[in-house]
Amino acid sequence: MADAETERDAVLDALDNVAARLADEKSYLTDLDSAIGDADHGANMQRGFGKAAEKRDEFEELDPNEVVQNVGKTLISNVGGAAGPLYGGSIMFASQELEDGITADTSVAFAETYLDKVKDRGGAEVGSKTMVDALVPAVHTYKKSIEQDDLPPLSALAKAVDAAERGVAFTVPLKALKGRASFLDWRSVGHQDPGATSTLFILEALLATAETYLDGAVERDAHAADAARRDE
Amino acid sequence: MKKLINEPSAVVDEMLDGMVAAHPELRRLDGTSVLVRDDAPVDGKVAVVSGGGSGHEPTHAGYLGEGMLDGAAAGEVFTSPTADQIDEMIQATDAGEGVLCVVKNYEGDVMNFDTAAEMASMEGVEVEQVVVNDDVSVEDSLYTSGRRGVAGTIFVHKCAGAKAAAGGDLGEVTAVAEKVIDNVRTMGMALTSCVTPDKGEPTFDLGEDEIELGIGIHGEPGTERADIMSADEITEHLTENVLSDLELDEGEEVVTMVNGMGGTPLSELYIVNRKLQSILDDHGVETWDAWVGDYMTSLDMMGCSVSVLRVDDELKTLLGAPAETPALTVSE
Repeated sequence: MADAETERDAVLDALDNVAARLADEKSYLTDLDSAIGDADHGANMQRGFGKAAEKRDEFEELDPNEVVQNVGKTLISNVGGAAGPLYGGSIMFASQELEDGITADTSVAFAETYLDKVKDRGGAEVGSKTMVDALVPAVHTYKKSIEQDDLPPLSALAKAVDAAERGVAFTVPLKALKGRASFLDWRSVGHQDPGATSTLFILEALLATAETYLDGAVERDAHAADAARRDE
Repeated sequence: MKKLINEPSAVVDEMLDGMVAAHPELRRLDGTSVLVRDDAPVDGKVAVVSGGGSGHEPTHAGYLGEGMLDGAAAGEVFTSPTADQIDEMIQATDAGEGVLCVVKNYEGDVMNFDTAAEMASMEGVEVEQVVVNDDVSVEDSLYTSGRRGVAGTIFVHKCAGAKAAAGGDLGEVTAVAEKVIDNVRTMGMALTSCVTPDKGEPTFDLGEDEIELGIGIHGEPGTERADIMSADEITEHLTENVLSDLELDEGEEVVTMVNGMGGTPLSELYIVNRKLQSILDDHGVETWDAWVGDYMTSLDMMGCSVSVLRVDDELKTLLGAPAETPALTVSE
């Protein structure tokens, strides 16, 4: 990306943006989770990222990868339940990929390692009606856009967010196979997965941050957006 | 439902403080719900740690001490401790010889221990993990994929702890723990549901004349509801399920455990043990040692579980080795 200082600022801004977005969406996520879970996803995510954002001052002293690692640690201790290890543990583990800075290549490695860790830890695959349904299309699209289509990172990220959005819409008609929603069996069909949804919100906040740091224009796919857009 | 508590949200915190006050040989890590042996890390020894939700007392911290556990992480009632606290426990007990985490098979526990092991590994601690899954009554439950980990876990604590105290290295201590897990089976039943401090009412409804078979330790419903039976009939049901899964040969030796779920008097547990031993006798199986008591409870639930562990010379030596903990003492 650039020098370590700019990278750190970008990571800190991304953290602020994610925290703000999840705070905005808290009650929406809670509503989704009360339909098929235990109604705590909105509050848990808001609390976890909120705590991390409060540490901005102490993070100012760290390298970008260390900031990411510490965000993960903060989520582990503050999100609770299974979401703590799934989001926080995976972010913490994947932060190793950013030791040499944030570039197109290391960001692909980060995304892939994060995805692998989430799948490994939670045991979910595509179609289990979990965050994996948003993550897999996003990560695959990002990797291909960077490595094969030679797109600039900003355009690749925009495509990844579109892909995640389609993935979120894909969770609605599925029967949950993992997590608490799976105990509802067929009653989970027809509901949008809260974990996939919060994953999308995180990616959208990362895209908004990237727009201020990277060159290029963002083109979103209107159809993908429509597919997951809730009734406002 | 009446409870001897101050605030539901303070139950774990106040319990841990009270426990340390009763047992000065234990120490609480600042700002956590982790208890460790006061002399941790113990020089030259592999550390054996465990943890999980509260509500199972004396599990887990009751087994802290010489010959058993070095650290125990307490979550909220029936809720996994968080990975950062488990990580602190691992780091506080590691003497440079490595740490074995004994985890019961519940999704939350396994995920948090996995994450903690990763965190500690990043700091250079050598960590191994075993997952106990001794409950024969279910393959999948409300809280887990595969079999649940229940009272047989105490045998794992005892044997792995003894192996570590005897100077075993991390690989050897882990191997002993795996051996116990391979050879122990458990099944439980309830006469009543338990009452969690938060909810204040039974977590499942059970009629006056009904019992629940195949229960876990979190107030989750069992596999089968039945009309009340005599102690002998209940013991037979539990024991036959355990034995058919363990596939013992005639002449093999076992250690048994009749474990109270928290609300059942010792007198009734002895009645269960009496029948258990006569069934084993009928099968031509020899009991080397019989444990009876509240080892892993489910708050105030009335009921019990029956565990059978197949033993060989190695496990007998480890089970008979000295241990000094708040809940279990074995003298030389």
